[in-house]
Parts: sequence; structure tokens; C-alpha cells
Amino acid sequence: MRDLSAARQGPYVAASPLVRPLPPMTRLLLRGGSDTLAAALAALGLPFTEAACRAVSESGRSALWLGPDERLLLAPQRQLIELTQLLREALGGRAHSLVDVTHRQCALEVRGPQAEVLLNCGCPLDLDPGAFPVGMCTRTVLAKAEVVLWRTAEHSFHLEVWRSFAAYLSKILALAARELTP
Amino acid sequence: MSQALRTPSGGRINRARTVRFTFDGRELTGFEGDTLASALLANDVHLVGRSFKYHRPRGVLTAGPEEPSALVAIRRDAARVTPNLRATEVELYEGLVAESQNRWPSLKLDVGAVSGLLSPFIPAGFYYKTFMWPRRAWQWLYEPKIRAAAGLGRAPEHPDPDSYSNRFAHCDVLIVGGGPAGLAAAHAAAESGARIILCEQQPQLGGSLLSETDPGAALGDGEWLSRTIQGLMNHPRVTVLTRTTAFGYFPHNLIGLEQRLTEHLAQPDPRQPRERQWQVRAKEVLLATGAIERPLVFPGNDRPGILLAGAARSYLNRYGVLAGRRAVLLTASDEAYRSALDLHRAGVTIAAIVDVRPQAAGELPEAARRAGLPLHTAATVVGTTGRLRVQGIRIQRLDAQGQPQGAAERIACDLVLMSGGHTPSVHLFSQSRGKLHWNEALQAFLPGQSPEKARCAGACRGIFSAEAARRDGESAGALAARDAGLAIGAIIREPPLLEAAGAAVPGELPQPAGRPAIKAFVDWQNDVTSRDLSLAAREGFRSIEHIKRYTTTGMATDQGKISNLNALGIVARQIGKAIPEVGLTTFRMPYTPVTFGSFAGYARGELFDPVRTTPIHDWAVHEGAVFEDVGLWKRARYFPRNGESMHAAVNRECQSVRTSCGLFDASTLGKIEVVGKDAVTFMNRLYINSWTSLAVGRCRYGILLRDDGFVYDDGIVARIAEDRFHVTTTTGGAARVLAMMEDYLQTEWRDLSVWLTSTTEQWAVIAVQGPGARHVLEGLVQDVDLSAAALPHMSVAPGRICGVPMRLFRVSFTGELGFEINVPADFGAAVWEAVYEAGRPHGITPYGTEAMHVLRAEKGYIIVGQDTDGTVTPDDAGLAWAAGTRKSDFVGKRALERPVMHGPERKQLVGLLTAEPHVVLEEGAQIVPDARVTPPTRPIGHVTSSYYSATLGRSIALALVRAGRERMGQTLYVPMPGGNLSVQVVSPVFYDPKGSRQNA
Amino acid sequence: MLLISCPYCGERPELEFVHGGQAHIARPGDPSACSDQQWADYLYRRDNIKGVHAERWRHTHGCGRFFNALRDTTSDHFLATYKVGEPPPAQAQAQAQLRKATT
Repeated sequence: MRDLSAARQGPYVAASPLVRPLPPMTRLLLRGGSDTLAAALAALGLPFTEAACRAVSESGRSALWLGPDERLLLAPQRQLIELTQLLREALGGRAHSLVDVTHRQCALEVRGPQAEVLLNCGCPLDLDPGAFPVGMCTRTVLAKAEVVLWRTAEHSFHLEVWRSFAAYLSKILALAARELTP
Repeated sequence: MSQALRTPSGGRINRARTVRFTFDGRELTGFEGDTLASALLANDVHLVGRSFKYHRPRGVLTAGPEEPSALVAIRRDAARVTPNLRATEVELYEGLVAESQNRWPSLKLDVGAVSGLLSPFIPAGFYYKTFMWPRRAWQWLYEPKIRAAAGLGRAPEHPDPDSYSNRFAHCDVLIVGGGPAGLAAAHAAAESGARIILCEQQPQLGGSLLSETDPGAALGDGEWLSRTIQGLMNHPRVTVLTRTTAFGYFPHNLIGLEQRLTEHLAQPDPRQPRERQWQVRAKEVLLATGAIERPLVFPGNDRPGILLAGAARSYLNRYGVLAGRRAVLLTASDEAYRSALDLHRAGVTIAAIVDVRPQAAGELPEAARRAGLPLHTAATVVGTTGRLRVQGIRIQRLDAQGQPQGAAERIACDLVLMSGGHTPSVHLFSQSRGKLHWNEALQAFLPGQSPEKARCAGACRGIFSAEAARRDGESAGALAARDAGLAIGAIIREPPLLEAAGAAVPGELPQPAGRPAIKAFVDWQNDVTSRDLSLAAREGFRSIEHIKRYTTTGMATDQGKISNLNALGIVARQIGKAIPEVGLTTFRMPYTPVTFGSFAGYARGELFDPVRTTPIHDWAVHEGAVFEDVGLWKRARYFPRNGESMHAAVNRECQSVRTSCGLFDASTLGKIEVVGKDAVTFMNRLYINSWTSLAVGRCRYGILLRDDGFVYDDGIVARIAEDRFHVTTTTGGAARVLAMMEDYLQTEWRDLSVWLTSTTEQWAVIAVQGPGARHVLEGLVQDVDLSAAALPHMSVAPGRICGVPMRLFRVSFTGELGFEINVPADFGAAVWEAVYEAGRPHGITPYGTEAMHVLRAEKGYIIVGQDTDGTVTPDDAGLAWAAGTRKSDFVGKRALERPVMHGPERKQLVGLLTAEPHVVLEEGAQIVPDARVTPPTRPIGHVTSSYYSATLGRSIALALVRAGRERMGQTLYVPMPGGNLSVQVVSPVFYDPKGSRQNA
Repeated sequence: MLLISCPYCGERPELEFVHGGQAHIARPGDPSACSDQQWADYLYRRDNIKGVHAERWRHTHGCGRFFNALRDTTSDHFLATYKVGEPPPAQAQAQAQLRKATT
């Protein structure tokens, strides 16, 4: 019998100077009350904060605030089983929901001094570092697609987008990038 | 001689760079820095177009975006023709091709001008009054003829090849207008460290200062302008946007800006967008939009060669162009004397200054007297002469009561300068819903308080002189920064310096009683005269909004920038009210016309909407699938082989599923993971079914209603664990079902410990359907016993396929033995291909949505939205069995208890068989009970689904028919254009009613 | 495009939100005890207020939360936004009364 366990194929992403697809990673969507979320993050070695729209990262693992009871957990690809196990043990009888969304979405990185300008071609948020500092993350819209936008550095953004929107989104960004002076 | 009216020196044009262009095919030259209007005037070309309604010869009236008259088409190529551009805004570039409009065969000899001769018979409301009878003639005569004659300019005949850009931006202070007030405001606000966007519609900053020979003198600071501009350009927190018009003021300080990027270039870079539309959200908005000079209304005031006084001054001082050789100035204020004095200095003969005021004693009139310019006070203009260019004016003295008397005096001239004072540009302020107040001294509406965080500075609030406007801008800029939350130094906000320099009372200049009806234009662009307005008032119109619509005054693309106040003055006088009592019409966006392209932005062609594809899409493309759009998704509709028709392909695909095995991409199905200890309670409250009894590992067909009792969505629901359901929805319903679930969960059932996660795109779904399905999968699936005993119909099991984790559903939407393999989406393509390879010995056939529709219809399975329409209950659809009868409540239950939901009149889902088996009914066709009835009659139902079934060798249809289940066996009729089709009412399940095949 | 203050995320552009109709209309606890008229009222009857209106919004393309808002329908200005389950803020209500009295 054929073994296809390595036969992954992500969605099409149009190449452009400021945008690159990020490698596959593990994604879990965790829901629950503050105590639950705190316990979960502790088990993953991540600090817990109730502050809205903030991401925390440590040793390649990140937890992105998407809502008061919602965190998107990102980790290296090979950690899916390990993370699931850790969380199962840590959360035990606590009310929560843990759903694997590894394949639901994919990640793009928008990097460069003009990253803000490029994103503002379709994203209505104020991306000035004063208004959208490093570490801020949120669901928002970019052109006609919903994305999770996370500022990982002054000139670098991590975008999570549902896989069927990746082609559209990357094409829009490639088109908009043509007007930016290199 | 080329550029005969260009001054030997001066102006802000670059005389070292000659620019060639054509106007109506005539080759002309200008200089870099010219507008099309200034270059035409330099060549002594005043006649540039024909008017909209009467085809009157028209020239350049203004020097800015308020131009109503000099409208031209600019042609780059067949696809790049832009009509109705204002020549006063078009920047000259090498090779520019401009064409006049609304004339045939030529600008000088225009056949349409005959309508000008008929003009006494085309009064206000002419179309409303004339074409009333016979009514039917509207359709075939009046409307087509009027439409053919109407309109101004021609749209290009090819799709727009240019690209357009969108940009969102935020700032502390948005400053609209780069004149002395705007520049000073930006400078002051920038000192606080505020984030600033300054936009200016012109190519250069400076505003009115650009029309001064010495801007420094006007400000008492020779270096201020260049120093300030330099400072702003180099400031890291200031974005300066020239060639950018603020066209609309939207709620909560969102301003629309239109930036023209390539319009001024001879050879634009095709990679660059032509325009960029900005949506700027500003904490504070500062409007420094300036003022627009008002024309005077007198007979024959529209001839080419009659300009606003300030415009002529701009042409001289900014562009080095004399608008004529022998000029007359008509004015009601001192300020306009500057134009006469400047033109006099440049060598233009000033034949007369006609001042309607009894005296003119200010500094400027005195200077005119000293210069020996003939000055007539207490005088009015009663007419003009000239056909394609003004040749003279006739003036008359005014008596002490302001009435014309005595004989008219003719003064020869080729240029008339007129000024009725200035109208502050309050358009954007008014769009912000700010209130306007009438100022008697200025004869103008001035901005009051805005409900938005907006303020005005400079001429747009009646502070006209450059120096006063600059000081006003400075303090307004600092205040705006403060209100945006920034620290600033001390501010002294000076009260507005309302200069009583004077302005004509808006309206028509005094005319002798009983004068002949010669056109005194108020609205140049829509050809509205003072007579039209008076007539409207005499006919009983009182509301300015009604008069506007009746006469069309102010309704052209210039939105009455120069005409509204004069129109108001005429109406006020006619109905005996003061101007503020009559009130203003509403200012609307856009301030100047905006291209459709810029509103579309990137959303064109393949990027108009997202195109969503599944992981299996590329395979289907490779196999030659024909796709259909389902919402934003592309779904394979059928897979034609060797040039098959759709009909042949669908028949083949259906028969393969029934006899061997079919492969179907069901990835677009909506999927929602419902997790939490109260998951079963949540499902019980939401769906009509009972979920308590559903064992882990089993599936159930779920039906979702709204609280009005009608079917909203359906789908298979699997219990993955005690506290976890895998819910599927229709493809189109995925987002709205999740939104509805969230609504109940977050707002009604906050007691439940349940969370919802969309997993639509987590899973690729590969349906393997048909008697051979089990054989196909046997060699691929690990950890799952595929036997009917271990994995019966309507069950689910976790496992692996080719080493890939999966959720394997034993479900069927075809009526055959069926499986739906859910694998993580990145593995979808590989697993699909593996299944296809494994299935080939078994005759596996990929099938599309069309075959899927036929197969499910053969089984009588509904499609929500096709066989239901928002008025169908579960019982109507024959699904009452699904309801959990012992539940005290679920969404929609109470509504179903209403008697009308069970009445005998309800439409019920039935099957229909045509008497002629090869006739396929049309979906949507109406059904009547009696073949003899003639229209109008009340149908008793309609066809919802209709196909040719290859399996049954005949057509089948589903229909909603009143009391349908009581009509089994009856013959009904489907009236079609060719006659009635008779149909027999049958069960909606056409195939394998016992369901033995799917349980195999 | 309105600027709406999500009680969780702060001010965000209207593009991220979906309007949810009139606020504070609770689903009857025991629907079967309702008369047909009461049920119809619950389903269909809504105020059409010129002035301050309590309405639902969902920050769909944000934190996903439903919340309520007091908005003046004549000016589009929000007086307050507040979480589901919270009563309309008293201060804003007073402000609303004040506005009504003065206009």
C-alpha cells in the first residue's frame, strides 16, 4: 500500500517580492474560559495574558488572541501529536474545545519596510507601529478575504488565511506590490 | 502665429520646454506647466465646446476644477478616451490629443445649435410638459429620441486597460487644500508630531498664491511659501498628496481621496495604476478648501471670452497668458480690480471697469483711477454681442433705486472679466452634515458646527486674504493637533476677519423692465437661465429642492459650484424671501467626478471576487472538467470525455455510480465542529432532530429551521465523541449556519458550555459512491472494518487511508453504497489520486455536481434552496419524521405549532412523471390542476428540480404542489408556450424506495 | 464607513462587522406558552426609531463576539457599546434623554 503521509500539498500562493508562503505548521484552535486558557498555555510553556489582540511566543510556539475565549495555537509541524497530548493532560476535566485546524489555513509572511503600505492596499486597519505594535494580532479583512494579521517584527507580518482564499489573497498582494517602489 | 497671447516673461510655466498638442486635430504648442485651458488661451482659442442643451458656443470660464463649460475629451488610444474632462484641470503633456464635445460636424458649425434657435420653446420642465401624450409614444418614440440626443461626451468603446489602486490610511490630521491656510495648518500641526496627510487637487501646492506674481508680498514673508512646502515635503510624519481631490466626506471622519497618478504623463508606465483611491480615517479633519469666484448673471453672459476675473488673473500671473487684448471688467467688489490692474500692466487695454455699486472708493479702485482706467460706477450690463467670441457689451446706468435708465452704451472688447465676489467652498463641510449659516456681509454661506471632528480654515470660512488665511490656518492646524491628542504650544485663535470687501447680491444684475428674452445663464453646464428659474417660481415651485429638480440647475457634474448661489438669489427674489429662508440644496459626493475604475480598484477580472477552489481542483482541471460557480467556489460540474455533450457525460457518470463506482469532490460542504460538554443539548435546541440517542460513531440527517419554522439548512451530523459533533451544512449555507449558531450560543444560550469551529477547509472530502465502493477502498483503508456490520450506513469511524489520518463516513447522497473520506486538506489531492488509481479496475468514474443532482433527485433527496424556498416546513418537504417529537423546544418548533403550518393548502414535495417520458420539465414551471383553464389562473405548485434520469430511462421531476400527497396518481398540467404538458403525481422517491442499495 | 468600538477589540472599521438588528429582544423562555400573536411579535415586530436605538452588532471579522450598541440613527453616532448580558449604560441613556429633550 502506498504511504502518502508525506504527500502534503498546500494551496497555490502567487509569488511577489514582499510576500512568501511560510512552511506548514501545526495549528490548534483552543476555546475556553480564562482559567482553561491559562492552564493550556502554561502547559505549552507560554505566558498567559487576557490582553486583547496580543500574541505570545516562546520556543517556536505561539498563542494568538482571537477572542476573549479563543486562542490560535501555532507550533512547528511535527508537534501536532505532542501538543494535543500536552493539552489533553493539562485540561483534563476543564470545559474547553480543541480543534485541529492545521490544514484549514495557511500562512504568508509579508516582510519589508513597505509591508504596512502593501497591506493597507486592502486592509482597513491602522498599521502604524503606534496603533498596531509588534505582537498585536487580530482577525480582520484584506480585500475580500478574512485573515488573521499578526505583526511579528516592525517590518514583518504573519498572515493566516483560509486555504481557498490563499490564491486570491496572494494575487491581490502581488498586484498591489507592483506600485511600490523597491 | 503660435502662442500669440503668451507674455514675454513671467508665470510658473517652464518656457524652456515646449509641449506639442492637438485640439480637434489642430496642432498647437504650449509650455510645460500649462493646463490645456491656459495653452488654448495662449493660442487665442476661446471656443472649446458646445453647451449641453442649446449647443451654444462656449469657452473657458474659470481656471480650476469648478469649470462648468470647457469640457473636452482626451484621447490616448481607442480604449483610453476620457470624456468631460475640465480643460482647466488637464495638464498639458507632449502629444496630448484633445477633442471638443457636443458638436457635429464641427465646433464652429454645429447642426445641433438649431436647438438654440428653438430655445424659446424649450422652457424649464419642457420634457415633463411636452411628451405627456400619447402615453404609449414614450416607449417607441420620445424616450429613444431624447436618449439619443441627450448626454455629454462619449464613453470609450473598449474595456478600460488601465489599472487602479486602493489604499487605506490613517492620520491624526487630514488637511484638505494646499493653499496658504492648508499649508500653514499642516506646518503648525506637524510641529506637534502629529501624523498628517495633506491633499491638494492641483499639481502644485500654494493654492491662490500660485496666481500671485509675488506670493511673498501677499504674505509679507518672501520665503514663507517655499520654506513651508520644503518643510512639509521633508517631514517624516507628513504625507503630501498632490493631484489628489478629497471627493467625499463619510461618517466618522472617513474621507475619500482620488489621486491621479499618471494622467499628466505623456507615456505612463503601464505597470503603474492610473489612479489611486484613498480611504483616509482621520482623528481630525481640517478643511482649507478655499473659495470659488461667483459669476454675474446678465444677458449673453456665456459667450467665449467671458471669464471670471480671478481666472483671467491666474492665466496671466500663473501661466503667462493674456486671455484677450481689450478687456472689460464687471464687478461688485474691490478685489476684482486686481485683475484689471494686472492685465493693464501686462499691456491689455482695459476698455472699461463697470462697477454695479454706487461708489467705488477703496484702495484698488483708486489705483485703477490713477492708472487712468475708465471706471463706470452705478452701471449694469444689459447685453453682449459676438457669436463665437464676445465682441462687445452694452451697459446702462443705474438710477438711485438701482434701476437701469437712459440709453445703453456699447463697449467693444474681446474679453470680459466678471466677479460677483467669492463663494466659500463648503461642499465637504456640508457633506459632514455640518450646518451652514448665511453671512449678510459676505453674501455667502459659512460653515458652522460639524457633528464630525472637523474644522475649517481660510477662505472656506470667509477669511479671504492670503495673510489672514495663513494665520487662520496656523491656529486651526495647532488646534486640530491638540484635539487629536497631541501636545502643542500656546495658540491664539483669531476670530474670522470678515472682509466687507463686498460681493454682488447673488442673483441677476438689474435689467430694464420688459427686456427681450435673451439668455442670462446661471448654470453653464446644464444651460439653466434666470428665466427658467423665474418661470419655475411663477409656476408655483417654492422648495429649492423642487426647483433644482424641475430646472436641473446645479445638477450637472459640476454640482453647481459656481451657479448655486445665483440660482438661490433669483428664486429668493422671485418668491419674496431672504436667501437663508429659501435654504440650500444638499451637497453630495463626489466633489468632482471620480472614475468607476478607482472605485473598483483591484476588484477586476479574476480578482473581482475570491475564487475558492478545493485541493482536488487542479486534478479536475487536468481531467477537463467543466466547472460551475457555487457561491465563491468553483465546483466540477461534469467531466466530458472525447467531446461529449453535458447530457451524455451526465448520463454516463450517473450510470457508473449506479452500476460500478463514482468519485466525487464534496470538499466544499460546510463543516462545523461542535465541541463541549453541552454539545448534545446545543444540538437538541438547534436542530429539529433528537441527538441524545445518537451513539458515538453514528450519523444522522439533521434539519435546521429558523424560528419562523421554515427549513434553513440540512446536512449529515456525526457524533465523534460524547462531547463532539461533526456537523455538515450545504456548501452555500456554511457561513450563515455558523453565524446563526454563534448568535444563539452567544446571545440566547449563554448557559451552555459549547464552542463552534469551522472545519470546512480543514478537510478534503472524497465521496466514493456505488456498488463497487467498498472494493475500491478495501486496499487503501487502515484501522477501519468496512463491512456493513462494522460500519453500517450512517456511521463514522476514525482511521487512516494510505497512512493519512481520516474520518471515514459511511453515508450516501446517491442512494448507493457510499463512503465519504475526510482527510486533512493538504493530503486531499494525493488521497484522491490514490483512490482513483485503486478504483480504475472497478470502473471508477469521477462525477460532477450535475450527476450528483440527478442521483439525489432519483432518491427524492431535497436540496435546500432549490426544492425549498424559505416557505417550506419539514412536513412540506416530507421530512416530518426527522423531528424529535419528545423535545419541548427547538428552533422553529413554536412556529410549526401554528395551525396554518399544517393546513390543507400547504404545498408538499411530490414527484412528477411526464406523460411523454423524454420531455424534461423546466425548473420553475407552474402547475395547474385543469388543462382547460386559461390565464389568468392560480397555479397550485411549481417544478423545483427536473432532470433526465439515465438510470430510469425517462425524465423525473420534483415539485411543490398544494396538498400534493393527497394527489398521488392524479394528472396535473404544466402550461408551457407550446401547450399543456400533462404530468402524473408520484412519490418523490423514484429509485430504490426501500433503500436496500445504500445499506448494502 | 462607520467606526465601531468593539467592547473587546476597540475601534474598528465597519467592514469587520455585521449588523444584527434590534437589541434586547429575548427569545421567550417557553415558546409553547406564547400565543401566536406573541410569537409573531417576537419574530417580526421591531422598532423603527429616529434617535437613539439599541442594536446588535457582531465583530464577525474580528473577535467574533456579538455585542450591543446605542446608536443615534439621525447622526450615526454611537453613544455606547456594551457586552451581551449587560444593560444599556445608564449614562448614555441619560444622554439620550437629554438629546431628545433638546431637539
